[in-house]
Amino acid sequence: MRLLASLASLVVLLFAASLMIGPAGLGFGESLAALFRGEGGPVALVMQQIRLPRAILGLLAGAALGLSGAAMQGFLRNPLAEPGLIGVSSSAALGAVIALQTGLAAAFALALPLAALAGAAGACLLILLMAGPRGGALALILAGIAISALAGAATSLVLNLSPNPFAAAEIVYWMMGSLADRSMTHVWLAAPFILAGGAALFTLGRGLDALTLGEDAAESLGMNLRRMRLVLIFGTAAGVGASVAVAGAIGFVGLVVPHLLRPLTGARPSRLLPAAALGGAAVLLAADIATRLIAPERDLKLGVLTAIIGAPFFLHLIWRMRRVEA
Amino acid sequence: MGRAAVFALALLAAMPAWAGPPRRVVSINLCTDQLAMLLAEPGQLISVSDLATDPLASSMIEEARAYPANRGGAEQVFLMHPDLVLAGSYTSQASVALLRDLGVRVVQVAPVDSLAGVSEQIRVIAEALGRAEAGEALVRDFEAGLAALARDLPPATAALYYPNGYTTGKGTLADDVLAYTNFGNVGATAGVTGGGTLPMERLIMADPDVIVTSAPYPGASRSEEILTHPALTELRARAGVVATTDADWICGTPHILRAVAAMRAARDGLEAGE
Repeated sequence: MRLLASLASLVVLLFAASLMIGPAGLGFGESLAALFRGEGGPVALVMQQIRLPRAILGLLAGAALGLSGAAMQGFLRNPLAEPGLIGVSSSAALGAVIALQTGLAAAFALALPLAALAGAAGACLLILLMAGPRGGALALILAGIAISALAGAATSLVLNLSPNPFAAAEIVYWMMGSLADRSMTHVWLAAPFILAGGAALFTLGRGLDALTLGEDAAESLGMNLRRMRLVLIFGTAAGVGASVAVAGAIGFVGLVVPHLLRPLTGARPSRLLPAAALGGAAVLLAADIATRLIAPERDLKLGVLTAIIGAPFFLHLIWRMRRVEA
Repeated sequence: MGRAAVFALALLAAMPAWAGPPRRVVSINLCTDQLAMLLAEPGQLISVSDLATDPLASSMIEEARAYPANRGGAEQVFLMHPDLVLAGSYTSQASVALLRDLGVRVVQVAPVDSLAGVSEQIRVIAEALGRAEAGEALVRDFEAGLAALARDLPPATAALYYPNGYTTGKGTLADDVLAYTNFGNVGATAGVTGGGTLPMERLIMADPDVIVTSAPYPGASRSEEILTHPALTELRARAGVVATTDADWICGTPHILRAVAAMRAARDGLEAGE
């Protein structure tokens, strides 16, 4: 409980910092008041229409990534399972890009998160088929590399063929993610899916605890693995899909956060899930604040920062696994 | 400018007098395309760039359809046997160098960065085409048109806002259009010289009277989404004057008068609204 409380206060602190930091350089009291003021004024516009949606999306996307990483790792009992690494995020990006470039998203706004969800769900399904319960870490990662490469190539192709000259330059956005200049419209599009996906993943807690004893033990405890798998696919696809649809693919959050928090939760997945959601939100909010502090006018990509921290961590994990296996 | 221009001038000077005006002119730059179409004798211009028929970039798509299009590559252009190639100073450097090596005369012009520069550019192209008189006539029309749009009004503020939060500040043609129509350019005030990005937060805080955005391209892009951001929409609704940049804003040709007229109308609309 103490862990959750301190993580929650960290998230609140970072959320507030995210609201207070920006190129406009507003005063603390002034911006806080503008957040709740009714109408008009440039300060109110900046706070309510630019910074608030950005902070909310950072919170939601980070939570979705951390939570789905923890749930996947628990279900597959594989420490390398992470939506970014195994191609779920890039497949979601492909879905989103197809919805945008076919004009589907312009005709019907929900098509954007739904298409991203479909892409993410497809990748989840493929991964579970390829590297199901009996496949080891190697099969999982190799399948993930193949799916990532394919989805990334298809995304680039769709953007290159777009009649819009800006689209091709946005390949990096879809692969690295950014929260710059998002609006409340994006929050309304993504939030329902992220919340629904998160709620679904939280129901897995008890089942994941049982799974730590092995599949047979879990089934003898009355866990329905088939149902759990469906819930995992839906929850991850909805959460990651909706985040990617509005913020692009942001890697490594779902890998690093559960790993850092696992020792603190007594290695019990049911306790790790809420901690990983809060931790993911904190990491993404912090990364987004960093992009604004380091180079405010350059729109640094979030995925760049998370990868700079996450990739060495990933290498460290592989190193450790190698020593264990040897 | 610089070496390329000096080289072009040297070539001009080196031309023997009996050579006469060029008879097979190929333009590979959007802006020289339009000036050449306005100035060339019938039959003198044999090809313009493919951008000249792009409605989002060119003010003269109808006229341009009458000419075979080129993509600016040295091979394609050389096979048209031109005796003069018109190019921009930043476009297709490699093609220009190759064409010169092959003995083709190339005249390069820098992008126009002020309204005064338009007349200058018209004269340069007219000279190269051997159409100095047509050039002077066009300059007279342009300057008369510009003078007709001059008014003395108290300054208002405007921001030029493009996809990805790009804006143009000091030292650009668009900035001069704003200045001529009594608008202070928010981008220039924010310290942008040439082109640069202006975070949306700072644009909103500058609270400009008019926000001038670009017309969207077909297909979707996140870069252009910023132009329909609710915060921007609200700010534009408050000003009550909507202005959009289009092909007329891109080049320093007499078509820039239409851009000046549009901003003049926006400025007058603002005055009437107050």
